[in-house]
Amino acid sequence: MTDVPYAPPTQSRALKIALRWGLYLMLTVFALWYLLPLFVMVTTSLKSLEEIRTGSLIALPREVTLEAWRTAWSGACTGIQCEGLRPYFWNSVLLAVPAVLISTILGAMNGYVVAQWRFRGANIIFALMLFGCFIPFQVVLLPMARTLGILNIAGTIPGLIFVHVIYGIGFTTLFFRNYYVTIPAELTKAAKIDGAGFFRIFWSIFLPLSLPIIVVTVIWQFTQIWNDFLFGVSFSQAGTQPITVALNNIVNSTTGVKAYNVDMAAAIIAALPTLLVYVVAGKYFIRGLTAGSVKG
Amino acid sequence: MSAILEVDGLFKSYGTTEILKDINVSIDKGEFLVLVGPSGCGKSTLLNCIAGLEPISGGSIRIAGQDMTEVSPKDRNIAMVFQSYALYPTMSVARNITFGMQVRGVDKATQAAKLAEVARQLQIEPLLNRRPGQLSGGQRQRVAMGRALVRDPALFLFDEPLSNLDAKLRVEMRTEIKRLHQDLGASMVYVTHDQIEAMTLATKIVVMKGGIIQQIGTPHEIYTRPANTFVADFMGSPAMNLIPARAQPDGTGSMIEIARDGADPLRLHDPRPSGVSGDILLGLRPEDMHEASKRPGEASQAGEVRIEVVEPAGADTFVVARLGGKEVTSRLSADTLARAGETLEFRFDLSKASYFAPETGERLG
Repeated sequence: MTDVPYAPPTQSRALKIALRWGLYLMLTVFALWYLLPLFVMVTTSLKSLEEIRTGSLIALPREVTLEAWRTAWSGACTGIQCEGLRPYFWNSVLLAVPAVLISTILGAMNGYVVAQWRFRGANIIFALMLFGCFIPFQVVLLPMARTLGILNIAGTIPGLIFVHVIYGIGFTTLFFRNYYVTIPAELTKAAKIDGAGFFRIFWSIFLPLSLPIIVVTVIWQFTQIWNDFLFGVSFSQAGTQPITVALNNIVNSTTGVKAYNVDMAAAIIAALPTLLVYVVAGKYFIRGLTAGSVKG
Repeated sequence: MSAILEVDGLFKSYGTTEILKDINVSIDKGEFLVLVGPSGCGKSTLLNCIAGLEPISGGSIRIAGQDMTEVSPKDRNIAMVFQSYALYPTMSVARNITFGMQVRGVDKATQAAKLAEVARQLQIEPLLNRRPGQLSGGQRQRVAMGRALVRDPALFLFDEPLSNLDAKLRVEMRTEIKRLHQDLGASMVYVTHDQIEAMTLATKIVVMKGGIIQQIGTPHEIYTRPANTFVADFMGSPAMNLIPARAQPDGTGSMIEIARDGADPLRLHDPRPSGVSGDILLGLRPEDMHEASKRPGEASQAGEVRIEVVEPAGADTFVVARLGGKEVTSRLSADTLARAGETLEFRFDLSKASYFAPETGERLG
């Protein structure tokens, strides 16, 4: 073997700049492509029916009108009632907020126990909970309907909360458990010697550390519960339906001319809360997902 | 003097694996006990058992005369400093130190007074409002000590508290812990894998291996009279030379014969009545081999040996030769005449030698 002096590969400056611009161009094209449906939805919702019929799908509205939004919110018909999405929107809020809070709190406790108090069988219990994440929704429909009937909460919002909490615990436990395993066990030991008990350690030491993972869990659970359709349509009755079910009814139960502008507005209204949660907390979401992977 | 810690016949097992076997050790008030051994020897487990963080499988633990075997950690009147410091990350330094008192419901005025006293003692007053993440390793170490000191316990437990620090800081903190021990007159149990830390800090050392106590003694006893070849090899740096040799009774003492490369066997006389004979391992510390020209004495303890390697280390020079088929290291002065490849006349101080049985490794005589 002969010694060849190491020469770093050289690239001309022009080539570097060209590559960089090529990259940006490609990213821009993809971004526009992904944003296109949203663009169509927003513009269509701001047009009148007349303009939709005559104009092109991707054209900007000639005359901006909020009429479709008003109808979607408070006038569109879901079957025989014509109250728009408003009552169902509040149903969803009443359903999602408690369900998210309860499942997050329970997940935090479970994760804390499984990660830091290694009792006999802790791994088996965690494995079973993990297994719960992979059970398809359809499988639990019938037994859940029966359970709700026995508990006498079938067709009510508390019933739906119950379903979502049960279904969410697997995920929330997984999130918190994986976050808490990265916290050194010596912290718990030190607190034990300081005299703190089970709840005191959780409350004073673990919860204050948990903000990133709480954000992740809340976003995840809120998105799941708000967007859920199957449980909503199966376990609710007239008056307790969540917004996703109402949206479906609006879109599918119109007769005669399809009010695309109203459908689009309704769809955006239904999607807004999850969008908002991402915009407000998205930064923490990414941070929380990667937290703990690097020791800091 | 009353015993502050008595561990009696302690066993610890996980499932069928025995981690600790029949541990018996006790210390008096004001003693500094160091548990030392290679990783996996069970020393940290023993400390956790004393703290009550691990349940034990058999035996008993008494602290300050009270049976603590079944008592929970917070009621054992102990304080512990951990390897990772285990400071509460979201709390300020001040809250870290007072958290224990807060949990126990000590009133605010007492908390403040104790905090001020400990902060002064450890010189961490300017840090009290910071978070652990904003502190350097040495500062975190001090805060962890503060958290222990403020408790004013019957017994301090240290779990390798210096192993996360860099070499220079480790030596500084070692001195500081020793000073603290002297000033407080506190009783301490200290776990380390670093034999130098053990030697410098301890009033009593427990050497462990595989969950079994190998030897208990003062640093001097452990160093000069190791109970077996494991202790001899583990304590001291460079390690004690263990040289295969033959012993014959000779008058009141014995004649030790050691094979030597390219020459007749070396014959050395030990005047002590040790009573050893047959095949033995001769244990000799590097500093008990001297350069004969600089250390006149009896000819019966001197002999020429060929030098293989010379390693200057500042104050000392380590000289490696071969005796009895084994590498033998000696600690000579920096101005030694030893040259690699040449022979040098050594004087062996056999009055400091130890003898071990080659098969069992146990000390003879």
